[in-house]
Amino acid sequence: MRQVAIYGKGGIGKSTTTQNTVAALAEAGKHIMVVGCDPKADSTRLLLGGLCQKTVLDTLRDEGDDIDLEEILKDGFKGTKCVESGGPEPGVGCAGRGIITSINMLESLGAYTSDLDYVFYDVLGDVVCGGFAMPIREGKAEEIYIVGSGELMALYAANNISKGIQKYATNGKVRLGGIICNSRKADNEYELVKAFAEKLGSQMIHFVPRDNIVQRAEINRKTVIDFDPTAGQADEYRALAKAIDGNDMFVVPKPMTQDDLEALMMKHGFLDAIA
Amino acid sequence: MLDATTKDIKERTSGGMINPAKTCQPIGAMYAALGIHGCLPHSHGSQGCCSFHRMHLTRHFRDPIMASTSSFTEGASVFGGGANLKTAIKTIFQVYNPDIIAVHTTCLTETIGDDIPNIIKTAEIPEGKLVIHTNTPSYVGSHVTGFSNMTKSMVNYFSEATSDVKKEQVNIIPGFVNPGDMREIKRLTRAMNAPFIMFPDTSGVVDSPMTGEFNMFPKGGTTQAELADTGNSKITVALGRFAASDAAGQLDKKCKVPAVTLKTPIGIKATDSFLMTLRKAFAYEVPYELEEERGQLVDIMTDTHFHFHGKSVAIFGDPDIVTGMTEFVLSLGMKPIHILTGTPGGAVGSAVGSFEDDIKELVDMAGVKANIQASGDLFTLHQWIKTKPVDLLIGTTYGKYIARAEDIPLVRVGFPVLDRSVHSYMPIVGYRGAMRLIEMISGALLDRQDRDAADEDFELVM
Repeated sequence: MRQVAIYGKGGIGKSTTTQNTVAALAEAGKHIMVVGCDPKADSTRLLLGGLCQKTVLDTLRDEGDDIDLEEILKDGFKGTKCVESGGPEPGVGCAGRGIITSINMLESLGAYTSDLDYVFYDVLGDVVCGGFAMPIREGKAEEIYIVGSGELMALYAANNISKGIQKYATNGKVRLGGIICNSRKADNEYELVKAFAEKLGSQMIHFVPRDNIVQRAEINRKTVIDFDPTAGQADEYRALAKAIDGNDMFVVPKPMTQDDLEALMMKHGFLDAIA
Repeated sequence: MLDATTKDIKERTSGGMINPAKTCQPIGAMYAALGIHGCLPHSHGSQGCCSFHRMHLTRHFRDPIMASTSSFTEGASVFGGGANLKTAIKTIFQVYNPDIIAVHTTCLTETIGDDIPNIIKTAEIPEGKLVIHTNTPSYVGSHVTGFSNMTKSMVNYFSEATSDVKKEQVNIIPGFVNPGDMREIKRLTRAMNAPFIMFPDTSGVVDSPMTGEFNMFPKGGTTQAELADTGNSKITVALGRFAASDAAGQLDKKCKVPAVTLKTPIGIKATDSFLMTLRKAFAYEVPYELEEERGQLVDIMTDTHFHFHGKSVAIFGDPDIVTGMTEFVLSLGMKPIHILTGTPGGAVGSAVGSFEDDIKELVDMAGVKANIQASGDLFTLHQWIKTKPVDLLIGTTYGKYIARAEDIPLVRVGFPVLDRSVHSYMPIVGYRGAMRLIEMISGALLDRQDRDAADEDFELVM
């Protein structure tokens, strides 16, 4: 079983990318569980065809500790298992602890069955506290992909996340598998993200072009693969899935300093555009 | 005292507790860790946690309880406790020099998500020394859960199956009981001629003798070598589903040592099944010495049955102890009509089963109708007693307020007993433990009868 965690700046398209990739892997016959680690609980919407009605923590709140796995683990697109950890309302409680609680609960309820090929963790934003690092703590996800784009703030976040990975990688087995570029049509984006990934010692595992069909599929509560399997964008996600499936480059990232990052940006992002 | 407690029970929707019948996980983890030889329990959290846990244990055992703390400050809460724990580990080995440090977490460090194994890996640990850990968030379970978690961690860190052929020896996990009980369980096992490893074993640690010399790490406790060897045993006997069965299950999973979970051997029936389990696994004869004890117990039960027969009783405390006590008082012909534990009825997804189902099976078999509750509190117990009075209350020291308010005798059993002494040295398990319980129960009931008797009914012979 390969356990994969997806991180990246808020709004960069982690959930969309994760679900489309998972859909492509499921289409190829893989058995997958997706664990949404975001209090907004929107990590499995496209696979389930609508928002998950009851998260792990909702169930815990309403029904106490006595929970059955069937109540929280739902079947989505092509038999993917979907679970949302959920969390408190905005502004109260501790979402990080929520992630710890729900992952522990999934473990003790026996959700990690041996027939799974993949477990994907879709994690909110940066690694902001100990709770959001839960998916990369020992025995959990050993490979991480960071979703980024050619925008400075996305790369800044990706660099910051790399610091977290580096910390956990020094003593554990967690490694960076690559950067997924979710294109924002920034200037010279392909080269910039590729250079950034290489600076980290990693790779740009795939460049996902921007296509409005993703939005159309989302409105229909579907992944692109589900919505229009013949679309060109569907093939992009298939290519990403294939790259992840065949990936053998797992590294301890070398995060950059802010100055280096900005210099890189100047070199690839703007200068070429001006010229 | 407790004058405001009323008879009518209102359903509480807030989830609050009034006078809880449990305490926090780290206390159990600390106690279990003391059952490893040369081990210093370490509380990863703020100082207050550690102080309270040490104090509570000290008051129960009346022995100094050693433990260290990560001494969290505001900064540590924000930045994570890695630096504190690493400094602590370094200092502890320099200053106190234990063989093992057993780290348990606290609510704060659980909430901020400190990754203990990761921190331990980067800590400076001297050659030949060891740091183990367990997670003990107090907002889950109770002190019994903490004890169970630390015991399970011992299996995770130490147990190893070094050979395919299992040794003719039994692992015994005594559960959350006093050192006096552990000694008695060991005596019974020795009498059965069964080679054994008991873990954790706090005898010789929290009941260590006065020698005129202070020893931070007394002679008792299960050694590292013994803990490692548990993986080679033929069988594990877990005494108590809540405090002991998780570790036994883990040993089965990790080292293929089959597990048998029994009730804490309180009373004749549970002691019988403990000895018969040993007999079955190793085909040893039950020696005359134990047959004699059993015979004595039966003799006492028949001689004195009129002291307690038909008397109603309320029992509260830790689930394993309460289950054992309920079975025993039923065998004495008593009627346990209120039975309550503060510990939740079954941990999430774990195989411990339900406290309420266990007790219901026992009382149903005896045809007794009882109030039964897991995750309960002493306010509820008091309300039950007000609605349906009892002749006797059996439980921890915290029951003394109810006993006083309702003017009923209290027999102190379980953890904690803070207002009486010697109890932790004396067993309640085994045949001799059952004799002691009978002495305590009938003593309490007869003292009451004497106190209440009119002059003309005041008997010399009872």
